[in-house]
Amino acid sequence: MATLLQQLTSGLVLGALIALIALGYTMVYGIIQLINFAHGEVFMVSVFGALATYKWFIPQSWQGTWQIALPCMLVGAVLVAVVLAVLMERFAYRPLRNAPRLAPLITALGVSVMLKEFVRNFFPGATAAVSVPRAFVDKAITFAVPGGTVVIQSTGILLVVVSIIGAVLLQTYITRSRMGRAMRATAQDPDTARLMGVDPNRTIVLTFVIGGALAGLAAVLYGIHINTVDTEAGFLNGIFAFTAAVLGGVGSIKGAVIGGFTIGVIKTMAGQYFPGGTEYDLVWIFVLLIVVLVFRPQGLFGEPERVRA
Amino acid sequence: MSPLLEVTNLSVAYGAIEAVRDVSFSVAEGQIVSLIGSNGAGKTTTLRTISGLLRPKSGTVRFEDQPIEKLPAHTILGRGIAHCPEGRRLFGRMTVEENLHLGAYVRKDNGVAADMSRVYDLFPVLGQRRHQKAGLFSGGEQQMLAIGRAMMSKPRLLMLDEPSMGLSPIMTQRIFDTIRELQSQGTTILLVEQNALAALALSDRGYVVDLGRTTLEGPGRDLLADQRVRAAYLGEG
Repeated sequence: MATLLQQLTSGLVLGALIALIALGYTMVYGIIQLINFAHGEVFMVSVFGALATYKWFIPQSWQGTWQIALPCMLVGAVLVAVVLAVLMERFAYRPLRNAPRLAPLITALGVSVMLKEFVRNFFPGATAAVSVPRAFVDKAITFAVPGGTVVIQSTGILLVVVSIIGAVLLQTYITRSRMGRAMRATAQDPDTARLMGVDPNRTIVLTFVIGGALAGLAAVLYGIHINTVDTEAGFLNGIFAFTAAVLGGVGSIKGAVIGGFTIGVIKTMAGQYFPGGTEYDLVWIFVLLIVVLVFRPQGLFGEPERVRA
Repeated sequence: MSPLLEVTNLSVAYGAIEAVRDVSFSVAEGQIVSLIGSNGAGKTTTLRTISGLLRPKSGTVRFEDQPIEKLPAHTILGRGIAHCPEGRRLFGRMTVEENLHLGAYVRKDNGVAADMSRVYDLFPVLGQRRHQKAGLFSGGEQQMLAIGRAMMSKPRLLMLDEPSMGLSPIMTQRIFDTIRELQSQGTTILLVEQNALAALALSDRGYVVDLGRTTLEGPGRDLLADQRVRAAYLGEG
């Protein structure tokens, strides 16, 4: 019982992280039908951005005070993520807006490799794993449950809370605000949205900004929770998040969150209970993905793809 | 006085195919002007070019004496030209109210709520179903919403592309009555129609578009009586 609850807890924390990243995939896909494969790398670069902020911009005497260090790292990481996402849209994807879909997809893969190699070569020490200080919220809460105890890191709680609040705020913004309506209009019918006076570039950039900001948040929370980062972090977490978005129905915010949590829990549960353990936990994620796509190709909450008249 | 909208020697091509070769017409303030012609004559292409969705190969579009043919599409509505596109193109997954809000996207004043209730007064069925998704509506109701959405920006010129397409005769009459009503309230209207009879009967001025060229023009009543128009577009001959 204690093991089950402990794994469930870890799964939810991992799921929260995946969900935050998945929101970026799903938002961008929703508006320009591009799987932005470089989004995982935006997340990874932001972890290094947070680290750089900590190392080089926070005076040493304040580094141990998480009330100062954490907000500074969040600002640093979100800034890095947003700038990167905007540059990527402007210089890599916008010129290919009317090209066949394969072209921006390949470009995304190229951007992804470029970002990874850039950090690996130019961030001091990034050729191997770099440790992220855990000085900030280094507390854990222990619950007594039948048959043992469950330990929850405070950083894990933070991840889950931020992820859920972030998704709810985003959903509200998209459904209720003027810009949210403009984004949905552009997603449904770009030409008619332009006839309403909606500037497509502005809404698309905004989508990248929001996705980037969420990846930046995720990056800091990931860093202080895992306490280590390497340049591969973007690839693996990016693939998880991409899978979560597809599982939930790419384009759907609710789908990305539920997909994220599902994948997080499946991974930890499979690692504990399924044959092969953690060696094979990734397999079960993709087995689930395939099963869902066979029976529901649009994902759990996606709109069925329709050919536009 | 110069006309509100003046299109001169417009030519528009999709790649090598020239859909519009030489279209010229003008719309005076307060008038209803219609472009009639068979399918593929270039009427829709002309409207999409005025709206900035397409770029002309040559020719000019002047609105209120300013050239607008090089402006990006999203700035055209702010100038005062609303375009109610062919096939209505509502945002089907959004509610009636959200569609109307999008129609008022460029407005910064406080009159949006009042104008929305005016649309509901004009089309009570929209008011009753304001929270339903637009995609669930019948063709006639969708056309009402499309016109209502276009009116939400308070345009000086309203361009309607085939508003009677796919509608029953009763609903078509209803839509044409509405167009006349909008004119009497001071909106200038540019109408594109295959239903030449109904369009010309309503229009102050008409233009026949054939194979990408404006070939005949005149007051709506005169064109209705013209033998060539009757033969080509009204099924007589």
